[in-house]
Amino acid sequence: MKLSLPVFLRLFVLALLICFLVRPDWFEPVFKPLTQNNAPVIYNHGSLLTLTLQHLRIVFIATSAAAAVALALAILVTRPIGAEFLPLSRSLVNIGQTFPPVAVLALAVPAIGFGEKPTLIALFLYGLLPIFENALTGLTNLPVAVVEAARGVGMNERQRLVKVELPLALPVILAGIRLSVVISLATATIGSTVAAKTLGEVIIAGLISNNLAFVLQGGLIVGILAVLIYDGLSAVERMLARRMGLSVARAA
Amino acid sequence: MSGNRIRLDKLGVVIAAIAVCGVFLAPFATFRANRIVPGEARTIFEALPSWAAVTLLLVLAVAAIIALLRVALPWRLAASLAALAALMLLVGLAANHLTPPENTYARVSPASGFWLLNFAFALLAADSFTRLRLTPVARIAVLALAALAVAAILYSGSWNGLSILKEYANRADSFWAEATKHVTLALGSLAAAVVAGIPLGILCHRVPALRDAVLNVLNIIQTIPSIALFGILIAPLGWIAVHVPGAAEIGIRGIGAAPAFVALFLYSLLPVVANTVVGLAGVPPAANDAARGVGMTARQRLFSIEFPLAFPVILTGIRIVLVQNIGLATIAALIGGGGFGVFVFQGIGQTAMDLVLLGAVPTVVLAFAAAIILDAATEMTAFNGARNEAVTA
Repeated sequence: MKLSLPVFLRLFVLALLICFLVRPDWFEPVFKPLTQNNAPVIYNHGSLLTLTLQHLRIVFIATSAAAAVALALAILVTRPIGAEFLPLSRSLVNIGQTFPPVAVLALAVPAIGFGEKPTLIALFLYGLLPIFENALTGLTNLPVAVVEAARGVGMNERQRLVKVELPLALPVILAGIRLSVVISLATATIGSTVAAKTLGEVIIAGLISNNLAFVLQGGLIVGILAVLIYDGLSAVERMLARRMGLSVARAA
Repeated sequence: MSGNRIRLDKLGVVIAAIAVCGVFLAPFATFRANRIVPGEARTIFEALPSWAAVTLLLVLAVAAIIALLRVALPWRLAASLAALAALMLLVGLAANHLTPPENTYARVSPASGFWLLNFAFALLAADSFTRLRLTPVARIAVLALAALAVAAILYSGSWNGLSILKEYANRADSFWAEATKHVTLALGSLAAAVVAGIPLGILCHRVPALRDAVLNVLNIIQTIPSIALFGILIAPLGWIAVHVPGAAEIGIRGIGAAPAFVALFLYSLLPVVANTVVGLAGVPPAANDAARGVGMTARQRLFSIEFPLAFPVILTGIRIVLVQNIGLATIAALIGGGGFGVFVFQGIGQTAMDLVLLGAVPTVVLAFAAAIILDAATEMTAFNGARNEAVTA
């Protein structure tokens, strides 16, 4: 792969982020002007690296669970046996997305108490929607000719699903997962208001102690993380779509 | 059940199962001696006078049976609405029944069983409404009726014993002040985004070189989590407030409503600009050619052909923005921007969950109503557009 400018820029930002997470003290002079009265410059109630890894871990667990459940549900309602649920599940996705993530988070607390659990549940529930919606779109908008051809060569329903329908819907499903990851990264940040250990802690500690350096550190880490992950997942999707396009063309 | 087997409705089976859980396995209400101690669960029979408990169970049973059988849609809808109405009316009664007389500290709130039952029959109602394919006007009418019904219950005072309304009674003034801030923040940033975004979208449509750059930048902004963006904006706005004369006088400050407004405005730009571009790109070339043929100038074409045809798509963008802003405005409370988030975060801080609900419920209701109204509006404009097109064709 050629090291073009956009690729270089991404690698540079990533390197900068890793550098900052591992040795935040190197960056002290940058954030120094934002503090007053000798307040600490670099977040000091825990390691930024640990918080980042915990943040990513919550997002990863919640999104994996959401992807598995959403995909299973989408497959179910697009089969004849679950067809009765299709119209309802469409409107449920619409209704569900009007629920603000903060509300989902706040409403999960009375049910299960503070900590990581309500955050995981809110992330899981909220992450379901984009994946389910995109999986539905992908599985219901397949090219008719291809599905007919698969039937014609004698594939049974299961083979059609695994070998034809899911691979064709994969780019759209991945786009749903990407949206879900970005929403989860944001919601996990808010999760620190219910005592989950995430990067939101840094921002909120800064807001409470009126320390702009903390706020900016937390904000920048979360923001850059989100942009890089979004960007990386888009690249994976493009790659897959290209490979799919090639293999379909070759098969034709 | 051999011979004439009854065919059960699959969704009905799910609804009946949830309803059975809601009645028998989960508490209907929670009783607390004061607002922050842990609650004690109360079943339907403990929470309601026996006549009311029997009535509620009868209504729910009939509704669940109707859901199980394959009966005509209007019946299913009526059953779901009757079940929801019974739940709504009787939960207020439960509060009055459970609160000891003259006791102002005790709190009664609906518990998981109540929410499960509501969820079950709301599913039935949602399914019936989806299958009925109501016209946009009818959907708005249903929304208005539902709002009137809730307003009537609130006005009658039969919910006053519920904990969430006791929280409201304690801070009625600040509730409306925060509500005003919330709506102003959500609508104001939307208005600013429409004013700036539509011309920007038109420009992007005309200048393809600009399009990718603008959309990429907006996409990156959209990806940044809200608290992070609020936080990142505090520094530059604080600097402007100190260094630009007059800025502080018009309310620009590092914390408070200003960074929240700017962040919401930035988040709103992408859907507005992107949908304007998509909408304009979707204008059929024939329509444009025809307009050019009758001698319309570029400006006339924009206002009387392209823009009206693209409008439904732009409206879809506005719907996304409005629903998103209503939700995100909650987070503004973290940086002192006010809004319903104030109650949510205060409630989390005091572990007073009814206070959380006082902030969360209006937010959800507002977002939901905005989605229904704008969906209906989009459908109406799209329909008119199609009709106009048909007339000209």
